[in-house]
Amino acid sequence: MTKSVEQDTQVATMLDRRDERVKHAEGIGGSIRAFLDRVRSGDLGSLPVVVGLAIIWTIFQSLNPVFLAPNNLVNLLFDCSTVGVIALGIVCILMVGEIDLSVGSVSGFASALVGVLWVNQGWPVAVAILAALAFGALIGAVYAFLFNRFGMPSFVSTLAGLLSILGLQLYLLGSTGSINLPYESPLVNFGQLLVMPDAVSYILAALPGIVFLVLEYRTAARRRAAGLSSHPLGRLLVRAVILTVILEFIVYYLNLDRGIPWMFGLFVGLVVAMDYALTRTKWGRSMIAVGGNREAARRAGINVRYIYTTAFMLCSALAATGGILSAARLASASQQAGTGDVNLNAIAAAVIGGTSLFGGRGSAYSALLGIIVIQSIASGLTLLDLSSSLRYMITGAVLAIAVIVDSLARRSRVSHGRA
Amino acid sequence: MTNINEVQGGGRERVLSLRGISKHFGAVSALTEIDLDVHAGEVVALVGDNGAGKSTLVKILAGVHQPSSGSISFRGKPVTLDDPSTALGLGIATVFQDLALCENLDVVSNIFLGRELSPLRLDEVSMEVKAWTLLNELSARIPSVREPVASLSGGQRQTVAIARSLLLEPKLILLDEPTAALGVAQTAEVLDLIERVRERGLGVIMISHNMEDVRAVADRIVVLRLGRNNGVFAPDASNQELVSAITGAANNSVSRRASRRQAQSEHPQAQAQAPETRR
Repeated sequence: MTKSVEQDTQVATMLDRRDERVKHAEGIGGSIRAFLDRVRSGDLGSLPVVVGLAIIWTIFQSLNPVFLAPNNLVNLLFDCSTVGVIALGIVCILMVGEIDLSVGSVSGFASALVGVLWVNQGWPVAVAILAALAFGALIGAVYAFLFNRFGMPSFVSTLAGLLSILGLQLYLLGSTGSINLPYESPLVNFGQLLVMPDAVSYILAALPGIVFLVLEYRTAARRRAAGLSSHPLGRLLVRAVILTVILEFIVYYLNLDRGIPWMFGLFVGLVVAMDYALTRTKWGRSMIAVGGNREAARRAGINVRYIYTTAFMLCSALAATGGILSAARLASASQQAGTGDVNLNAIAAAVIGGTSLFGGRGSAYSALLGIIVIQSIASGLTLLDLSSSLRYMITGAVLAIAVIVDSLARRSRVSHGRA
Repeated sequence: MTNINEVQGGGRERVLSLRGISKHFGAVSALTEIDLDVHAGEVVALVGDNGAGKSTLVKILAGVHQPSSGSISFRGKPVTLDDPSTALGLGIATVFQDLALCENLDVVSNIFLGRELSPLRLDEVSMEVKAWTLLNELSARIPSVREPVASLSGGQRQTVAIARSLLLEPKLILLDEPTAALGVAQTAEVLDLIERVRERGLGVIMISHNMEDVRAVADRIVVLRLGRNNGVFAPDASNQELVSAITGAANNSVSRRASRRQAQSEHPQAQAQAPETRR
């Protein structure tokens, strides 16, 4: 059978194209049509957030032409990275259908811990950072234990964590109230100043297109050899070129000012790593399965408790990472760190980016897109010299719209049989 | 009744043999001294009323419960089924009643869930080829293996669940109510599927409440009643025989209803003469 498949080049005999009931998109026109069909059936992907971002940027740019200036965008990227890393952890925990409300407190405590251990106690900065990360992971392990052992809903356990860890943070900073991190230290430089050299940023921006092309081309070759349908080289080339042109333009534009912050590079690196882990590994498949149908995952032989434990630990560890980054950004570890809107911004970013609150649906990239939306609103309103009252209201409205779009899309998916 | 057991077995390998299986839940005896044989290439239907112990027996075979006493031999060797993975490892695959598929994942991911190829860098191409091979062996009609399972019909989902159970090359498949909640055409598809699994030389145990389906595919019908063996029948056994074995009496609610309907259609005037049948 495989022999005849190899010999016969006709599409009709391909292993996955024998069912004549299914329409398959041919050529670029077909791809566009298939995309429109997907959107109509409610499989929106990241379309709403991209459209929303375009609207927000248009409005703010028309109100204040400084908004889209390279300088402001570079600042935006610095600000995105801190809460963005926390939002990445939220994506992780939302994937299994749970929630962590204490990420703000964990991030604040992590920054306090780094401040105390490094500045007050004189530990090496790397050891202090590692200690804070380990503490974050430990918190996640506690939540996972409470969840697996006692069936304690994560909503409640992390709410308790929010309060008690905030208490720990206040206790730790107790007498001084806040600790200033040394301005000349590498950590603060990383958080405030360090940007990629132009050449490095151009090379890094070219990488995704090249990697995409090479991997997809190899996959296509393997699929052809196995008798499966495959993307033609032309379409891969077009997509790789479009991707590269967009990224290189962004880099060029930002390089007009200071350039791409290394901290943002770290954030994007974490996002890419998380995306790989979620979509290309057995662990990620298990995460999505547990979020979609816990019992089915258990019967398929997945160690569900282990998956929950990794999700909680990753979420808290990433929250601690975000806390350390924001301490570097602010050059201080204060009692206010991680309080206020950090928690809700992180959760809102994940949801606005398109990760479902109900588990089993989402992407690491939603943290990136979502936090850019939220920080754009914050930055735009700051430029307009408007108070934070308005910022809260607008961010809240955007979150509400995002959830409404998500709910409508889900309803549409159900009626189109794609839930 | 026992001679049917031997005749049907023929010269084929005996895949599974249960002797004197009992299961107690506290003071309740769910199963008492159950004997059961399944041969390669044979479909054994397990029928019985609610509470007869069918699901308990399947769960023992799937490794979910452990029997209180009795022996299980699989392919001639005595085995103990401590947990689901042991059963799976021996070659006993179970398709549970509530399917246990993840609706948000596509067909390939569901078939390979928990057994993905190359865990750190999923081998999607090999998995997709293997998925198509399995589905084609079952002559399944799945439009695309890259669509989420949510978009499939009930019969197609049952097909995916059965294909998944075939992935580990089992010797015995347990199907718990495979046709419940399916439409007419989908039921026929699943019954075809069961016959194809039998043609592959696997032993099949099928639980069903639907006598029509049971008769259509089963080589032997094993009746359980109140946790005990209550007869083995050939598929051409009369409905009367089966129902009385299931309910435990010749005079039961089903036979009373049947005779009443017969009486109504044949002798409409006779109703007044037989008032006791109307109770």
